[in-house]
Amino acid sequence: MSESNSVLHVENITMQFGGVVAVNNLSLDVNKGEIVALIGPNGAGKTTAFNVITGVYEPTNGRVDFCGETMVQNYPKGKMAKEYKGENLGLYKNAIVKSPDKITKLGIARTFQNIRLFSELTVFENVLIAKHMRARQNIFSATFRLNHKEEQRMRREAMELLEIQNMGHLKDDIAGSLPYGIQRRLEIARALATDPKLLLLDEPAAGMNPQETQDLTDFILEIKNHYNLSVFMIEHHMDLVMQISDRIYVLDFGSLIAQGLPEEISNNPKVIEAYLGVTDDAED
Amino acid sequence: MTKQDKAIEQNMLKPAGLNPKVKYSIAALLLAALLGGIWWMEQTLPASSIIFTVLKKGAIYSLIAVSLNLLNGFTGLFSLGQAGFMLVGAYTYAIFTIPPESRAAVYMYYDGGIIDFALPVPVALILAGCAAGFFAFLIGLPVLRLKSDYLAIATLGFAEIIRAIIQYDKLGPITNASNLLRSFPVFRSTLFPFIVAGLCIAVICLLINSSYGRAFKAIRDDEIAAEAMGINLFVHKEMALVTSAFFAGIGGALLAMFQMMVQARAFTSAMTYEILLIVVIGGIGSITGSIIASFLFIACSEWWLRFLDEVQFIGGMQVPFLRSGFRMVVFSVIIMFVVLFYRKGIMGTKEFSIDGIYRFFRRVFGGKAGKEAAPHE
Amino acid sequence: MDSLSYYIQQLLTGISVGGQYALIAIGYTMVYGILRLINFAHGDIFMAAGFFMVYTSTTLPLYIALPLTLLLTVILGVSVERIAYKPLRTAPRMSIMISAIGVSYLLQNFATYYTGGLPRSYPTIPFISETIAFGSVTTSWITLLTPVLTLVLVIGLAALIKYTKVGMAMRAVSKDFETAQLMGIKINNVISITFVIGSFLAGVGSILFFTKYPTVLPTIGAMPGLKAFVAAVFGGIGSIPGAVLGAFIIGICENIIKAMGYTTFSDAFTFVLLILVLVVRPSGLFGEKTTEKV
Repeated sequence: MSESNSVLHVENITMQFGGVVAVNNLSLDVNKGEIVALIGPNGAGKTTAFNVITGVYEPTNGRVDFCGETMVQNYPKGKMAKEYKGENLGLYKNAIVKSPDKITKLGIARTFQNIRLFSELTVFENVLIAKHMRARQNIFSATFRLNHKEEQRMRREAMELLEIQNMGHLKDDIAGSLPYGIQRRLEIARALATDPKLLLLDEPAAGMNPQETQDLTDFILEIKNHYNLSVFMIEHHMDLVMQISDRIYVLDFGSLIAQGLPEEISNNPKVIEAYLGVTDDAED
Repeated sequence: MTKQDKAIEQNMLKPAGLNPKVKYSIAALLLAALLGGIWWMEQTLPASSIIFTVLKKGAIYSLIAVSLNLLNGFTGLFSLGQAGFMLVGAYTYAIFTIPPESRAAVYMYYDGGIIDFALPVPVALILAGCAAGFFAFLIGLPVLRLKSDYLAIATLGFAEIIRAIIQYDKLGPITNASNLLRSFPVFRSTLFPFIVAGLCIAVICLLINSSYGRAFKAIRDDEIAAEAMGINLFVHKEMALVTSAFFAGIGGALLAMFQMMVQARAFTSAMTYEILLIVVIGGIGSITGSIIASFLFIACSEWWLRFLDEVQFIGGMQVPFLRSGFRMVVFSVIIMFVVLFYRKGIMGTKEFSIDGIYRFFRRVFGGKAGKEAAPHE
Repeated sequence: MDSLSYYIQQLLTGISVGGQYALIAIGYTMVYGILRLINFAHGDIFMAAGFFMVYTSTTLPLYIALPLTLLLTVILGVSVERIAYKPLRTAPRMSIMISAIGVSYLLQNFATYYTGGLPRSYPTIPFISETIAFGSVTTSWITLLTPVLTLVLVIGLAALIKYTKVGMAMRAVSKDFETAQLMGIKINNVISITFVIGSFLAGVGSILFFTKYPTVLPTIGAMPGLKAFVAAVFGGIGSIPGAVLGAFIIGICENIIKAMGYTTFSDAFTFVLLILVLVVRPSGLFGEKTTEKV
């Protein structure tokens, strides 16, 4: 695998809260144009890994690179230096912490497990907000409407995105009042509006029935091709995961227990024991 | 242009209610009528009429309440520094506009002070806003990176402390210490505060409806999601805080002009509380609500509820409870009632708009209009 | 009087003022720990306790007036919680803070109305108001009594929180409100007890404070309230030992600054300290850094 092909490179990430190690020495890669899934039982540390990648949590130790640039790097400091239970201590010497907004600006967009829309704003405004960070404007030009063309461009792009997703007719609806499935779709639309290179989806099919899940599967493939994206997702719906993932990582109790192609994973005895065999309510 | 593009264009430009041109014309007419009305009242009513006090003070409080609402209602930040920012604005205005020839009398204990020039009123007003904004910026630097609770206490602390510092004896040559400042240019016409406050509120409205305003609202709704949308929380919170303080500073300067004197002692936390409660009564997140509530509050406190403070007799019997201070007790009770049982306030997060009135009339006369329109279709 | 004994005297005063702040600060920090609410009305409860004493002592002997004052203060504190905070438990946090401000405004306005806005002089409590001299250092019994009483009360409170069932419930609620509720803890009782303790200590603090500065005004609660809150933040909000330590530090520094002749800046100092804490260590001396769950 050549260096330039890697979009996301996670290296030796350990996340420890107090004495609890939520993610233990996780390393993984997402390459250009791939759809990669991260699976594992509830509480395995998948969302925590997402939060580290997007800069919401500072990892205790380890590094995250995006398109060759280091987003986040940290090592145990202060009280944590004594309490640290993970590996690779001393491998990282300096801390680099990019805030979530910077990481988004560089091209990683995400959705949230428990939908986080701007629930009091309209559908259109929700998407439009994603355009704010890249607009050529400042507070004066925006207030006094000196950036009319820029504002028009933002609105047009946001509207285009809604139309493509067949949500144009909902544009003036209040986001919080929409049905659950549409809210999930809107969250994806909003993430796409930030013009990402990498899209992180945190359980996009949660709470969906088989038909909706199938629609979502098609939708993810469609946007991936349309926007030339790489996708990294957490998902419990195994049919969705098996159908569209290029590769799969399996996390259990914070550690990676398997990785490989979908068929390899589904036959891996460790995975079956940890995940498929034990948790039969994996659907939620 | 493809079919889809056209659909997008139409959807984007589809007016939500009335034709914008009609709307703006109506708005301009209403505004002209309002200003004309005030002008006419000034010509006909005696200058000492209570109505002018209410209008002037109401306009000033509207600006200050809207500036607070920008933070509390639109950005979700809880600031309690409005009295402090007003104080900075009022003092900045007063210090820089007292004419040199009056300074000897004003700064009688400090040899006429150390400033021997006077700025023109508009410059001083803007400077008043900038000074308040500058202090807000400084407070924001450490505090806005933290949980929003700390902002409330830091701004409240600032307001308490700046009052003490202005009264500090060694600063007397500039601030006149605990003595009052006066003799600075003031306004006579009610139109002045209306126009200044109106312009400022218009700017705040423009800001709220701009891309930055949307970012503020995003922060209010969900900080984490806003950050995931690439919005730098700290920078945007600073912008909201500084803007709010800027306009509170101008509001403070206007209040100084209205009172024709200014004294640090008056800018207590109770003043901030009053403004906050005006915002609550009007509806957190509604500009027009804040404006309506300001005029109501001022009218009640200066005019309609004044009788509560005076001992009254009906048929030789003294009315119980009525004496100095009772008005404020009644106020507090009303406010607690609103806070507990009518949390949305007068307007909720809605705005009073021409579109709204138009829709209201359509609803009221809807049946008739509907029938008339039908045959044409 | 030589300057050394002057400074010792100021130091003693500082420790005593610190004790008074500590008693108020505990109320702030406990309520914040449990409800995540800055109880803006707490300073006014302190003020009200001052007036209760003024009015009860005019008709009743001190040995009845003192406990009655504490009882009334506790009743006021708990009623405020029941009437103004409890209905808003599920409302956004800003609403409940606004309600606290509303209560503060109401209490101040009511006190102004009831007293006619005039300052009232606090009754003299015999013995503890008397002065005492050690060599050239003269001070009053109250100055010596305050830190001792404060420490006794704090140790008692710490024991209560550590060893009793109620204390355990309090710790659980402050750790995780929802889970504690699911575990069958009667949240409302725990909150009421928190307000009982907070108001009681504010009442004791008010007796000590006004014995030293015997003028009660409707707005008197604001400054000590603000300082006590800063003490709570300084110590790490939610932490009782932190609040007590913070209060003593503020009290002592403030009086040293006063002794050096910068009375105006003794108040500003509190604010500077607040900003410094927020810059250097926002979680305070004993506070734990918390990570918001996403």
